[in-house]
Amino acid sequence: MTGTVSRQRAAAGLALVLLAVAAIMFPVVFSSPVITNYAIYALIFIAVVTAWNMFSGFSGYISLGQAVFFGSGAYAVGIAARAWHITGVGVFALLPLAAAVGAVIAVPFGLVALRVRRHTFIVITIAVFFIFQLMAYNFAFTGGSVGVAAPFLPWSPTTFNDRFYYLTLGCAVVAVVIAVLVRRARFGLRLRAIRDDEDRARGLGVRTMRVKLAAFVLSATITGLVGGVWFLYLTQVQPPSGFDPLFDLSLVLMAFLGGLGTISGPIIGALIIEPGQLYLTIKYTNGYLSEILLGALFLAIVIFVPRGIVPTTGEWLRRLRTRGRPAVPPVPAAPDPDPARSGLSGGTT
Amino acid sequence: MARQIYQAIVDGILVGGVYALMAVGLTLIFGVLDIINIAQGVLVILGAYLSYSLSTRLHIDLFAGLLITVPAMFVIGVVIQWAFIRRLRGRERTSMTLLVTYAVALIIEGILYEIYGPNPKQLNASYVQSSVHVFGFYLSYIYLYGFALALVLIAAIYALLYRTRFGRSVRATMQHETAARLIGIDVNRVAALTFGVGIAVTAAGGMMFGATNAFNPNSGYDLISRLLAIIILGGLGSIGGALIASVFMLTLESLVDIWSPEWAIVVFYAALVLVLVIRPTGFFGRQPVRAQ
Repeated sequence: MTGTVSRQRAAAGLALVLLAVAAIMFPVVFSSPVITNYAIYALIFIAVVTAWNMFSGFSGYISLGQAVFFGSGAYAVGIAARAWHITGVGVFALLPLAAAVGAVIAVPFGLVALRVRRHTFIVITIAVFFIFQLMAYNFAFTGGSVGVAAPFLPWSPTTFNDRFYYLTLGCAVVAVVIAVLVRRARFGLRLRAIRDDEDRARGLGVRTMRVKLAAFVLSATITGLVGGVWFLYLTQVQPPSGFDPLFDLSLVLMAFLGGLGTISGPIIGALIIEPGQLYLTIKYTNGYLSEILLGALFLAIVIFVPRGIVPTTGEWLRRLRTRGRPAVPPVPAAPDPDPARSGLSGGTT
Repeated sequence: MARQIYQAIVDGILVGGVYALMAVGLTLIFGVLDIINIAQGVLVILGAYLSYSLSTRLHIDLFAGLLITVPAMFVIGVVIQWAFIRRLRGRERTSMTLLVTYAVALIIEGILYEIYGPNPKQLNASYVQSSVHVFGFYLSYIYLYGFALALVLIAAIYALLYRTRFGRSVRATMQHETAARLIGIDVNRVAALTFGVGIAVTAAGGMMFGATNAFNPNSGYDLISRLLAIIILGGLGSIGGALIASVFMLTLESLVDIWSPEWAIVVFYAALVLVLVIRPTGFFGRQPVRAQ
């Protein structure tokens, strides 16, 4: 038994190393900026959807206001660079500010929104989202509908994308590591207890408001930071691009496609949906057909894999493995010792 | 100044009546099916485009065209419910229905873009441009007619809910679905028909919206956010709440509009957030949205 476990662990470790090598070598093999552009967007979304999942997936509070932090992080970097006359590579020193702005906004936002549940919570996040988008349009310091432009980075076009690739890769890795830590910690357990039955969790002594708010702020911090990186990559932000309603729905779709509340699910969802969406937008510039296709994809996911790819595949594999043997109920004792598998099998059970 | 304020209040009430009509459909759907229909906004726009096609191609009067568009939207609603919403179950139903109705919205929006293109359109008729002078106020005919139409339709919905057998089963399902099922109510049929009725009113709402605003396929998002704010403020599932919240919100917006048009819509959402801080169930919250 221990033999198979250690072998499994070794296999998982090897897979992780191979994945890391592949991720690091990617821009060396595919040096075309067209390809690395896809990869950078995929990594940005992996980081943000993982952050979203850390709060919404674990706690069951579906937020449609994540773009508030993303856009605010982007605007924070742009406005600070302009106000303090920071140019060149120095702008990267402003990224912690983007994270801090995300966190600072999340505190009052969370204190108001987390008082209500389910549908009302979702609608409050939408309302706050619109308030932020409208503020970005209306205030003078956000540049109205023109938006804010990033300072020029003195990098040659050939290395520009590569550097951003590694930066976004770093963001994605940090986000995933934090998500794994949260999920394994007592904190993650409390969040999932809230998802399963908030009133009972309270009865059992979980300080629900504090736990929810902490997860909300953590998620916002990461999202704000990534928003800042996205802004520097794109070099500009306008109200509809920084505060984009489709952004929030893409996150929900990615998480649902992969498997809400799992670690690997949202990553897989982001890897499938973001490049697909980008490809469709580039191919069909009028955007109408891509919209219809995106809608059809939504419906297909909900109808065919309502629980997400990762939980469904996990179940399917388990059934395949136990085929021909009497259906023994799995032993509920001992926590799953294998990190790779616990990421696959958890979440919706 | 005082005159401007009175005019703004009158405008707010008139426009609020039309919003109330759209919001009643949304809150009715929520009450019976326990879902938020994100597609409501784009369905309003679809209703507006249907009226547009009828009036420009076949030269049918906007109000007469409702005799065609309302049943058509009813059928569309029943089909959407039957095809997509019926099959959703389980713990993630709340967010799943959100995704499904959003997907429906995206598909309809894409189709509208394909057919009509992105340029804004507006419905036109002799009574859209002209206005009447009453007690010192300028009242546009279209707002008056629309308000009257909204009153008639809301009264019809009330009659349907409180004076018919179907209405009784709808109210029973809203109160307790399992109990309603146990006493022999066909809950699935009630859900399908309610969804149909909730969508059918968007035909009238869409015609009014299209006559008073320029619209393109993208206008649905702004509209749905306002409608959601209204029904949450009124208390989810409360029809009376939706009426009062519509008039309250639109009057507020119209008042702030005097001072600053850019901030009017911000005040709209800020009012929602503020009210919910004080009263998490909205004005007439029937069920505890915050069960703590």
